[in-house]
Amino acid sequence: MTDVTEQNYPPGKHPSLPPPRNMTGWHVWIWKNFFGSITNTVLTFLSIFLIWQIVPGALDFLVFDSVVNAGSRAECREIADGACWAVIVERFEQSIFAFYPEEERWRVILAFILLFPTVGILLFDGFPARAKLMKFTIAYPFIAGWLIVGGWGLEPVSTDKFGGVMLTLIIGVTGITLSLPIGILLALGRISKLPAMRIVCVAFIEFIRGVPLITLLFVASTMLNYFLPPGVQFDLLLRVLIMVTLFASAYMAEVIRGGLQAIPKGQYEAADAMGLKYWQSMRLIILPQALKISIPGIVNTFIGLYKDTTLVIIIGLLDVLGIMKTALADPKWNGLPEEVYIYTAIFFFVSCFAMSRYSLYLEKKLHTGHKR
Amino acid sequence: MSEAAIDTSGMKVTDEVVIEIQHMHKWYGEFHVLKNVNLTVNRGERIVICGPSGSGKSTMIRCINRLEEHQQGHILVDGIELTNDLKNIDAIRREVGMVFQHFNLFPHLTVLENCTLAPIWVRQTPKKDAEEQAMHFLSKVKIPDQAHKYPGQLSGGQQQRVAIARSLCMNPRIMLFDEPTSALDPEMISEVLDTMIELAQEGMTMLCVTHEMGFARKVANRVIFMDGGEIIEQNEPEEFFTNPQSERTKLFLSQILNH
Ligand SMILES: Nc1ncnc2c1ncn2[C@@H]1O[C@H](COP(=O)(O)OP(=O)(O)OP(=O)(O)O)[C@@H](O)[C@H]1O
Ligand SMILES: [Mg+2]
Repeated sequence: MTDVTEQNYPPGKHPSLPPPRNMTGWHVWIWKNFFGSITNTVLTFLSIFLIWQIVPGALDFLVFDSVVNAGSRAECREIADGACWAVIVERFEQSIFAFYPEEERWRVILAFILLFPTVGILLFDGFPARAKLMKFTIAYPFIAGWLIVGGWGLEPVSTDKFGGVMLTLIIGVTGITLSLPIGILLALGRISKLPAMRIVCVAFIEFIRGVPLITLLFVASTMLNYFLPPGVQFDLLLRVLIMVTLFASAYMAEVIRGGLQAIPKGQYEAADAMGLKYWQSMRLIILPQALKISIPGIVNTFIGLYKDTTLVIIIGLLDVLGIMKTALADPKWNGLPEEVYIYTAIFFFVSCFAMSRYSLYLEKKLHTGHKR
Repeated sequence: MSEAAIDTSGMKVTDEVVIEIQHMHKWYGEFHVLKNVNLTVNRGERIVICGPSGSGKSTMIRCINRLEEHQQGHILVDGIELTNDLKNIDAIRREVGMVFQHFNLFPHLTVLENCTLAPIWVRQTPKKDAEEQAMHFLSKVKIPDQAHKYPGQLSGGQQQRVAIARSLCMNPRIMLFDEPTSALDPEMISEVLDTMIELAQEGMTMLCVTHEMGFARKVANRVIFMDGGEIIEQNEPEEFFTNPQSERTKLFLSQILNH
């Protein structure tokens, strides 16, 4: 290494040198991150101790001593004393389709498979021929609804046969896709210059936010009948979908209003000065920025809504959690709460983790350099 | 900016009136911010507006494109009166470009998209034509190579030049500038002023709030001094600087010229 502590170079001509040896490399990284200070070292050893205590036992229970093929809990116990996954294996189909007639289940599967390209087209702008396929995403809800509910040539399936993963997805996906646009409209209404608009939106948001979702679901299941003219039948699932959507929309509106408030006044003024109309400046200038800021909050609301779908159990609808709990009541499988709850937890974790990762991807993609 | 004189052959004041402000008053709540403002601007004029902070300079020029609403008097732009009629407001905003102190570029759009947005959505220009035109104006402000960057990746001076190009893309007949250089570091001020001088040389009608007195001397044909919401005096630059009439103007000039 050349010695540059003494100035043996002309001013302004200092050569670029590689960083000192002991600043880079994996061993330096490990040293710095795990043993860099006394606290770090203590925490490192504590973590190692905890992992050593927990992981082997957990692996034994979950994997090495677990049983996949058995007819009942008693059979499981004869084979090994780990997790009895046989209950999940036996109940797997039911956990997804609940009481949906077996010979019609292909329709649900088809609707589910079609969900993937739809979500792909909507969420990833690198999707091939995206602009043209956008029409398909608009048609999807109708296609899926037709496939699942039936009619027009398909055997109708009553919604009280719905349940399990399928019900969770129906409520979750509907709530998520509808609450975003409704939330945007409510947020814009709440900051609108028109007093009547503002009052209506504030009243709606505050009312819905001030009431627990459970209460709204009870209203959906019982009281709504009193408000409807006699003789009008209104599907329970539809009522639940409306309530969940309204509930999430109120939260969404507040998250988005937070984003809207972070947009400097100058952005509105520049848009106005250029002659853009209200909806143009909202759509092209204000909302893209406000929504970007609100992504963490929006996804947070999505995840909350998705998990809140389990609450429908109290008005008699059986989502994944509900349907799996029926397995616990089955005398054959009585006494296996761990397996059932772990399975349900994994299902929710995978869905929610995917949403969370997508939000990170989106935030990175939308980052356009330093803001001033 | 050098002290050399500039070519003024393109700067021609016509006798066509483009902005007429008559007995205009404005209040913010109880606060009487603009008091009986009268101003007539002819096509091709370059007007510099100066005055102490809080004197109502920004408010006045923002009334011209209805970013602020006046409560009394009349404002006519290109013969169209500013009223609550949205059609008139839209028509006037299409004629009037504005450049802000803090640029107000759209950070989520590239420089090129910033420039094509209004032509595409307000003037219904086809995208290709709008892009061609945007590149033309970006070349004019000397940053065509930055077209695909985001505003956050540019220096302050570059951002302000983009903002000027963005306004020009709407082919405005009048340009309003509200302290376009006062958020900039000293070495970037001249690049923005040079762009504005070029615009003036092409005969653009300009109203510019600025304290750059060198710019006023070279480019303006009229300097307006405001204080307390009133136009105190207006004159040709030479006369304004060497022979100010009111005490307040003298005080103001001594304050800004003595440092
Ligand atoms: N939205 C508003 N509400 C109430 N008062 C305001 C508002 N905007 C400006 N004012 C007041 O109006 C007066 C004139 O403001 P204006 O921004 O026009 O001044 P200015 O001459 O541009 O000053 P500066 O040189 O600091 O930009 C100031 O006293 C200011 O406090
Ligand atoms: Mg100002």
